[in-house]
Amino acid sequence: MKLTLKIWRQENANAKGKMVTYPIDGVEGDMSFLEMLDVLNEDLINKGEEPVEFDHDCREGICGACSLQINGEPHGPDKLVTTCQLHMRSFKDGDTIVIEPFRAKAFPVVKDLIVDRGAFDRIQQAGGYVSVNTSGNTIDANSIPVNKHDADDSFAAATCIGCGACVAACKNASAMLFTSAKVSQYALLPQGQVEATERVQNMVRQMDLEGFGNCSNTGACEIECPKGISLENIARMNREYMSATSKG
Amino acid sequence: MSVLESKIPEGPLKDKWTKHKNDINLVNPANKRNIDVIVIGTGLAGGSAAATLAELGYNVKTFCYQDSPRRAHSIAAQGGINASKNYQGDGDSDYRLFYDTVKGGDYRSREANVYRLAEVSGNIIDQCVAQGVPFAREYGGLLDNRSFGGVLVSRTFYAKGQTGQQLLLGAYSAMNRQINRGKIQSFNRHEMMDLVLVDGKARGIIARNMVTGEIERHSAHAVVLASGGYGNVFFLSTNAMGSNVMAAWRAHRRGAYFANPCYTQIHPTCIPVSGEHQSKLTLMSESLRNDGRIWVPKKKEDAIAIREGKKKPTELSEEERDYYLERRYPAFGNLVPRDVASRAAKERCDAGFGVNKTGEAVFLDFASAIKRYGKEAAFSSGNKNASEAEIIKLGKEVVEAKYGNLFQMYQKIVDQNPYETPMMIYPAVHYTMGGLWVDYNLQTTIPGCYAAGEANFSDHGANRLGASALMQGLADGYFVLPYTIGDYLSKDIRTGKIPTDSPEFDAAEKDVKDKISKLMNASGKHSVDYYHKKLGKIMWNKCGMARNAQGLQEALDEIKELREDFWANVKVPGAAEGKNAELEKAGRVADFLELGELFAKDALHRNESCGGHFREEYQTEEGEALRDDENFKYVAAWEYKGNPRDAQLHKEELDFKNIELKTRSYK
Repeated sequence: MKLTLKIWRQENANAKGKMVTYPIDGVEGDMSFLEMLDVLNEDLINKGEEPVEFDHDCREGICGACSLQINGEPHGPDKLVTTCQLHMRSFKDGDTIVIEPFRAKAFPVVKDLIVDRGAFDRIQQAGGYVSVNTSGNTIDANSIPVNKHDADDSFAAATCIGCGACVAACKNASAMLFTSAKVSQYALLPQGQVEATERVQNMVRQMDLEGFGNCSNTGACEIECPKGISLENIARMNREYMSATSKG
Repeated sequence: MSVLESKIPEGPLKDKWTKHKNDINLVNPANKRNIDVIVIGTGLAGGSAAATLAELGYNVKTFCYQDSPRRAHSIAAQGGINASKNYQGDGDSDYRLFYDTVKGGDYRSREANVYRLAEVSGNIIDQCVAQGVPFAREYGGLLDNRSFGGVLVSRTFYAKGQTGQQLLLGAYSAMNRQINRGKIQSFNRHEMMDLVLVDGKARGIIARNMVTGEIERHSAHAVVLASGGYGNVFFLSTNAMGSNVMAAWRAHRRGAYFANPCYTQIHPTCIPVSGEHQSKLTLMSESLRNDGRIWVPKKKEDAIAIREGKKKPTELSEEERDYYLERRYPAFGNLVPRDVASRAAKERCDAGFGVNKTGEAVFLDFASAIKRYGKEAAFSSGNKNASEAEIIKLGKEVVEAKYGNLFQMYQKIVDQNPYETPMMIYPAVHYTMGGLWVDYNLQTTIPGCYAAGEANFSDHGANRLGASALMQGLADGYFVLPYTIGDYLSKDIRTGKIPTDSPEFDAAEKDVKDKISKLMNASGKHSVDYYHKKLGKIMWNKCGMARNAQGLQEALDEIKELREDFWANVKVPGAAEGKNAELEKAGRVADFLELGELFAKDALHRNESCGGHFREEYQTEEGEALRDDENFKYVAAWEYKGNPRDAQLHKEELDFKNIELKTRSYK
């Protein structure tokens, strides 16, 4: 199929960016969206132009590196997939596809479609862990039984891949879904209880410092999340936060 | 002749590690504060090593090419992690895990290392649970286990199909704790370009900041390479797009021996290549072979008709199908080990029986499983005379409950419904057992340079068992390296900070800059991918699932020629200053073009078949791998001599005192 691509090009963080139009031909339905961009890039290189830069790595939907705002939606039109698992059969001949980086104040553009999601790392560094030593002197794993239901919910929250689609989907560029997923993972486990008070306060403080917006409960994040992380996590984090701050 | 000292401690196998830990030197906490360690790679091995070293008090710098340590490719591991906990009471023990691993590796690994791995495996699970890793649990609240290929016990711990993700995020969280304490400095979007040696010791690295293009110097008292495997030398593999051999290879060029490069694992159940545009391959869990039957058409004309879309697989009767694994291996059938299943699929496709448009796929068919489960379900629900349609409906429900997520993933990629038509699968490169040679302390042949996880060669011999990669990565990083590195660093407590303005750093930086400018200034005929794809084709066709002397000899020459062409004619657009994905790729492919040649040389010299290394000349009458323990019971460690083909061989003889060497049979 023949497509028209409108792609955000920006030399670096300080440069001014603009949309550039690229026609592309010979796209097959079996190609993934990123393989379609590979074809475009190969063509640009052969013509002596600079290829379009985008983040990607595992190309099987788990590393969270790939992003892209495709026709206004993070990770494109399909639900529960990352861009690397989106296939061109979701588009049709003659389509125009607008491709932009994830937009948020806290995610500055590095180049073209690549953004800096370091803010997510810093939120995790503020408290996204259990403070146990890792040299192996722990108690036997089965001496901490965990209710299966809680363990399953904790796992579901922990499957967040940190891609940033929730932020890109939110009109306020809020990082509540991301932050609450980690808070929930530990809140649901006995191992996470000891530091629960400090964890939620520290992580929320860092989230605010990074310049993410507030949550106004529109639920766009949940809809666009490629891993189906539930809004319930935000409610849980709010409860954790209230209880933490009331404790002082 | 050998200069390889494995440094395996004396004493009985099961006491070696304990004794060694008691014997080695320690560094006191105040002195640790004055010692710097660099860790390359933040996957399971690197992430866990960095966290533990920092916790012990060392100053750690980590480097990864991804935008966050959390994206290292360990994250993509699906199945699980082995540990000899014996929670199921089914007879598991450290010895049994050790035995299975050595046998699974076709008797080409080091006994003492593997035993240590088994010994610390249980501790990994304790550690991860304490960190809040959400493993699967039973209704009683205790940990659940499942069974994996090639063993008779249930020792695999898992978190659905995302075990690697959960374990990696565990290691990442441990790192984050240390970053927050100021004990780890994390350099993301940084690539190690060279290892710097001062007085013969590893004392730092040259790194490239991939955002600014700046070439940076970082010094340390020791350098840990946990940079993963080199499966991407084949271009197409299940590795991440960025996975590369640069750190390990550049250390090799500086004196670290590279061991057993030809040992590659090719996984039988991956989604086939769909066309020339394909960039990477996706694995379908091995568990599918429990219920799927593998076949190709018996008649070539049927295969051609299916390829051309003139016939559907479901139109072929039982008599027209060749269930070749069941035919060749009646005892194990579709559940033969990975290497055997992969080779058999290749044999049929090479003979012209492949079933997709490129002729490189076989069927994995669930129709009989759907019927069998459907009958069972109908019967046990009281419907003794169920119709065919009812049976199939019930059967599909059972199969969906077991494999639903995999079927959905398949449908997404291939756009076919595997409940209605058989899946198409083909083998793909998945893991590399070879890597930097290390002694018992995980130190390479360069003092102060260590290798951990997939980057080293040590534990899996010629073939790795399922769910053992995660175990090894975390064992190395959490429990082995933090002890053994202390012994080395104890001699450095008076050294003080390593300066970066020395002639050694100057020279290494100049090398790196020269190399970059050479890449930027080549004639510009072909893109980096053009060369990478060509290299991949040579590797796959001549150094892949089955190899022979003639093909390997050709590969040696073809790779050399391709490498020369690459350096003369590659095209790297843009500038070296700033983000440049093509320049990053070019550096990696340059190293693959050298490694590939050494790979072929190693495969050519090993005149036997073992595990993932199958030489067509060395097989039994039935086409099975024929090992030669008399002449090849050694680790081949190669010393760099300027040209990959001139590498000098050093042998580490393997001594089997606790296990009897046997031939594997699956008939």
